[in-house]
Amino acid sequence: MNRIEGRVKVTGLATYAAEYPVEDVTYAFPVQSQIAKGRVRHVDAQDALAMPGVLAVLSGEDPPPLASGADGELALFQSREVAYRGQIVAAVVADTYENARAAAAVVRVDYDSDDHDVSLRADHPGLYKPDHVNPAYPTDSEKGDIEAGLAEAATVVDVVYETPVLHNNPMEPHAALACWDDEGGLLVYDTAQGTTLSRDTLAQVFGLPKERVRVVSRHVGGGFGSKGTTRPQAVLAAMAARVVGRPVKIVLTRQQMFDVTGYRTPTIQRLRLGADAQGRLTALEHVAYEQTSTLEEFAEQTATPTRIMYATPALRTAHRLVRLDVATPSWMRAPGECPGMYALESAMDELAYALGMDPVELRVVNEPETEPDSGLPFSSRNLVGCLREGARRFGWEHRDPTPGVRRDGEWLIGTGVAASTYPARRRPSKARAVVEDDGDFLVQVAAADIGTGARTALTRIAAEALGVAPERVHVELGDSDLPEAPVAGGSMGTASWGSAIVRACEELKSDGKEGLADTTEEVRGDAAFSRHAFGAQFVEVRVSSVTGEVRVPRLLGVFAAGRIVDPKLARSQFIGGMTMGMGMGLMEETLTDEEFGGFLRRDLAQYHVPACADVPDVEAVWLDERDAELNPMASKGIGEIGIVGTAAAIGNAVYHATGHRVRELPITPDKILMPRF
Amino acid sequence: MKPFDYTRADSAAQAVREYAPGTMYLGGGTNLVDLMRLGVAEPERLVDVSRLPLDTIESVRDRVRVGAAVRNTDLAVDPMIRARYPMLARAVLTGASGQVRNVATVAGNLLQRTRCAYFQDVTRPCNKRRPGSGCPAIAGDHTNLAILGSSEACVATHPSDMAVALAALEAEVHVTGPGGDRIIPMPGLHRLPGEEPERDTVLEPGDLITAVELPPPPAGATVYRKVRERASFAFALVSIAAVLDVGDDGVVAGCRIALGGVAHAPWRAERAEQALIGGPATGEAFLRAAEAELEQARPLPRNAYKVPLTRNLIVSTLEGLAS
Repeated sequence: MNRIEGRVKVTGLATYAAEYPVEDVTYAFPVQSQIAKGRVRHVDAQDALAMPGVLAVLSGEDPPPLASGADGELALFQSREVAYRGQIVAAVVADTYENARAAAAVVRVDYDSDDHDVSLRADHPGLYKPDHVNPAYPTDSEKGDIEAGLAEAATVVDVVYETPVLHNNPMEPHAALACWDDEGGLLVYDTAQGTTLSRDTLAQVFGLPKERVRVVSRHVGGGFGSKGTTRPQAVLAAMAARVVGRPVKIVLTRQQMFDVTGYRTPTIQRLRLGADAQGRLTALEHVAYEQTSTLEEFAEQTATPTRIMYATPALRTAHRLVRLDVATPSWMRAPGECPGMYALESAMDELAYALGMDPVELRVVNEPETEPDSGLPFSSRNLVGCLREGARRFGWEHRDPTPGVRRDGEWLIGTGVAASTYPARRRPSKARAVVEDDGDFLVQVAAADIGTGARTALTRIAAEALGVAPERVHVELGDSDLPEAPVAGGSMGTASWGSAIVRACEELKSDGKEGLADTTEEVRGDAAFSRHAFGAQFVEVRVSSVTGEVRVPRLLGVFAAGRIVDPKLARSQFIGGMTMGMGMGLMEETLTDEEFGGFLRRDLAQYHVPACADVPDVEAVWLDERDAELNPMASKGIGEIGIVGTAAAIGNAVYHATGHRVRELPITPDKILMPRF
Repeated sequence: MKPFDYTRADSAAQAVREYAPGTMYLGGGTNLVDLMRLGVAEPERLVDVSRLPLDTIESVRDRVRVGAAVRNTDLAVDPMIRARYPMLARAVLTGASGQVRNVATVAGNLLQRTRCAYFQDVTRPCNKRRPGSGCPAIAGDHTNLAILGSSEACVATHPSDMAVALAALEAEVHVTGPGGDRIIPMPGLHRLPGEEPERDTVLEPGDLITAVELPPPPAGATVYRKVRERASFAFALVSIAAVLDVGDDGVVAGCRIALGGVAHAPWRAERAEQALIGGPATGEAFLRAAEAELEQARPLPRNAYKVPLTRNLIVSTLEGLAS
């Protein structure tokens, strides 16, 4: 289906958080820490308060009260401790954005600064084992004897991969517009991937009952996880609105987004693989080193995909974390799977070469019967089908595995493959379906459409459940006053909201007027299966032997993700993820400033994401997969799997092209050229 | 952004008369407005020169005069430019994006400032932005910065593609200002950082570029090539504008090499040029010439790749022109 809101978006009529017309609105602009560690000694607001239009300066000098127990990134001004460079330490509220920003520049903040440590190292003395990794996986897993498996292996690969800090960079900057009513109720137009969670978070931070808070996010311009949790701008807008007694609007700058809206942790990953002469794994070990902040623990589940991918008698995964003087990492498209599968799928390619085996066949040989770590049966698993179909479409059978031998002038040509995977889960959700006066149907759920096409997909799901044309169904979402729903995240949105919508529509059909659903019991009753989507990505690269430039003329993904709800929307999700995966492979990188703390390259001129010219031919197809164990739609989430594996496939293709293995992302010309000159 | 006054000039002479300390000329604004938003540039007053009647491309005898306010897109698609100076059209088209080129002017392109991360962040030191505050790029992020002609004070690069082509074409920059009119031959407009990295060019306060004049196209084959990790909308890691004229005898009669992305200014590789002129047009000679040029390189740990990259690029480009 075409997107229901397509017309209002392209004509500029879709209302985003910062665009709601609110009378008497004022503007806030944050002041950010210029040290990476220490304490705010004093905030001198005198000059700022004398600037035109300035209404208030908020800081730890007279901290507006918040409830205790708020997340460290949200407890603005409640502590004088500085945890990272860029942390919000004060804010100016003024009658215009320009006045607020100009005054923020003259707020004087004095610090007592301490030495900072912002560098992740695999031998960092501060490394520790967190209690669990996100969202609730065991930190480590161990099955069988790794050392014995490696000792008996015919071939061993022992390699370390590194991935940099990555930023989500949605197009729409994080924004909030907060208004308090006369009864002390709070309304926030927020850039949220879930209004129910944002409402709950804000209620908790301000010590309000949930009924007094409403969050509205009808249109959201991308999030990729960075809007999955409430961000400081929403708290700051609400706090400032209470202080000045007027509505307050905040739109973060792109640079501020790099500082305070989350990022993907850098990783250092060691992989040890052993295999017998036939390529069957005898041991597989994956250890990930990652960072978090001193404010909050965020433990990315980087090695967890290794628990489900390949059959092996000995399997060990582990995560170690270090608290650095940095912002807290957070969710970014396919957290865990994305960096973890980059390392695993690169290592599998190295193993294939070490064995002299085709990398597709190596994966097929190691296809497990049940989930390797847990032993659970798969609800469905069609990785082999994706590999075979991809190989067929891509022309893989004619591939000469010899690295560095195909040339077109100065350009070395190579191809690579990698597997993709992502969990197919769902969460409890509520939904309501009613017959409207004109006989059409209204479906309500506090879902979020962050640019994915959720509104359209849910319309289609409801229409199918009701047995009516989609034109007769109107889905209302993006408002916490609607039936409670989980966030658009973890590739669980459609599965969760759709389940509730189908149940509500079923009840409506029997009731004739209204259907109300709450899938809490249904989801709790889901049988014990390993539920995952799988895929295979095939890449052709051209690498300049003169300049080290890498170009990707062909990128193909084949996915097995249950029943596809809507082909047009699905293709966009898949190729969007793959394009973002290409960015990770070839260009995306935020640098950590060792000297001053904080990040460098905090804008889109320096943090490069792929341009159209980088993706001349990207295609995604899917297998028809039947899986009755998932949800009423028989669907698996598709928002994240597209980004999983792309970077590995590119790195593997670069090796095939050049004979040089780059183990640090992104694969930029310097890394191609330096070992060669 | 700091509040500022704005006025629009009707003529170059009026613009110069409007000049006073704290004034900046505004062209397309694609760089200056960004810098004002970042607080890097804080003019008290803008004199808008983007609509001066300096927006034509004219043939003057055997030369071509490009007005300072000509938009980058208009320059790149001009039939005369494309026919006589294809290298220049190519260079302009590799810069920025279509949207930026539609707005950016020729003079503004020449006067755009470095994209060094420290220069653009007012919370960090930078000798170019705040003289004497230090250059953290030398110990920090200099991956994309200079390997030639840098100083202890600054390792920034000039980001323009167009300026590199103009340096190879030996264009003349026409300037008017409080001190009268003058002509600056390229690549002489831009200067190396030395002890005064805050000065990007040799322009004096109040100087206004009115035109760029192109001499007759040089004999020989020309090309512009830009290297970048993203296929579009990225500044050059290294770029090259090259002219090679090889006689029937296989001897190099003329050679010009201008490099971008390696220095504080478009860099004419004079050592390489001199090494080649009068000698054979062979891959070996090209390599020796490139190495002669790069003997002066002073790479830093994270931009050392630019040395082999530049060497490869010079050799490959000249080989392409020779064949």
